[in-house]
Amino acid sequence: MIPAATAVFSALVGQRVQVIAVAILICAAIFELIRRKHLMERYAILWLTLGATLLVLAAWKGLLTTLSRAAGIYYPPAAFFAVALLFVLALLLHFSIVLSRLSDQNKILAQRVALLRQRLEEKELEEIEKREAQPAVQNRE
Amino acid sequence: MNQNLVIVPALNEAEAIGRTIASIQRWAPNFDILVIDDGSTDGTGELAAAAGAKVLRMPYNLGIGGAMQAGYIYAKENGYEIAVQVDGDGQHDPRQIKDLLDCLEANPELNMVTGSRFLGPGDDGDRSSTARRMGIRIFARVLSTITRQKVTDPTSGFRLTDRRGIELFANDYPIDYPEVEAIVLMHTHRLRSREIPAVMAPRLTGESAISAPQSVYYMIKVLLAVFVALFRARPVREAAPTSSATVEQAR
Repeated sequence: MIPAATAVFSALVGQRVQVIAVAILICAAIFELIRRKHLMERYAILWLTLGATLLVLAAWKGLLTTLSRAAGIYYPPAAFFAVALLFVLALLLHFSIVLSRLSDQNKILAQRVALLRQRLEEKELEEIEKREAQPAVQNRE
Repeated sequence: MNQNLVIVPALNEAEAIGRTIASIQRWAPNFDILVIDDGSTDGTGELAAAAGAKVLRMPYNLGIGGAMQAGYIYAKENGYEIAVQVDGDGQHDPRQIKDLLDCLEANPELNMVTGSRFLGPGDDGDRSSTARRMGIRIFARVLSTITRQKVTDPTSGFRLTDRRGIELFANDYPIDYPEVEAIVLMHTHRLRSREIPAVMAPRLTGESAISAPQSVYYMIKVLLAVFVALFRARPVREAAPTSSATVEQAR
């Protein structure tokens, strides 16, 4: 596990150029998604923050090591993964909140559709009855 | 137009809905009938309309809470003073709507009257599984403690509310398994309720909304909801005897 993590980390952070490239790629992809309106700005902010953080950690040599020392973490990749995990959790919570709000709005819409449909059908029925009643009146005259 | 409304939630109750509506028409003639067709695929809505009921057709299956709330919104927007829930499957006896109404009218301080199957003499056609009955007993205990009032049948959907209850439920109604939470909701809004004995028939057709394996999830979910409801900010609507008296006069 640890050697694998180290390998991943050195692949990601150890080789700065690649990591910078990946970070820029993430930011560009997010930007492109916003531009095509596949992603709304308000949901993109967390993702952009993720890309930016990655970029800063990669570009600023020694920042990760300094930060993890300061936090009392002696193995810098662990600090990296901890930050990544926090981001993922924040994103998931954010999605749950959005989902809850959406399903509530969805419920209100469905109820309104049913209420409006009932009213429409009632009005249409009244209309038909009125139309059927009219010729009868005329005939009598 | 009547001032009273029967709300009948129904999901695939084609076999029972006609009989239920006929029975309501016979035993509660001064009530309008609104069937909530919660996405049935067997023509329940059409049958209900043919039987002479108004029908709210939900565009897809919303679940009992959202469906019932649509009924309360309808009652609120069309100026009904009384709303009573009667299940579409025939387990509630429309003859007892009168008992619920009489109790509410005899006790003006009440906002809701519930028919309880555990208050009557003996154990009537109780169709619950053991797990479910145990759940009901736990809810009854918890709710009795919270409301400081004896609650024997917290899952009963046979309940009649006045205008204040209608307005409350139209604004805020629990979603998945609403009956238990609705009691807490009533309590936190300081609305009063009482149970009276009711006989419930074994269901004629269809399936119970809750199967045995779901019971555990149901219990945990509802207990969480009840617990959270206790910590919610005190709601807007306060019990105000003076203002409700003016409402009485205005009628």
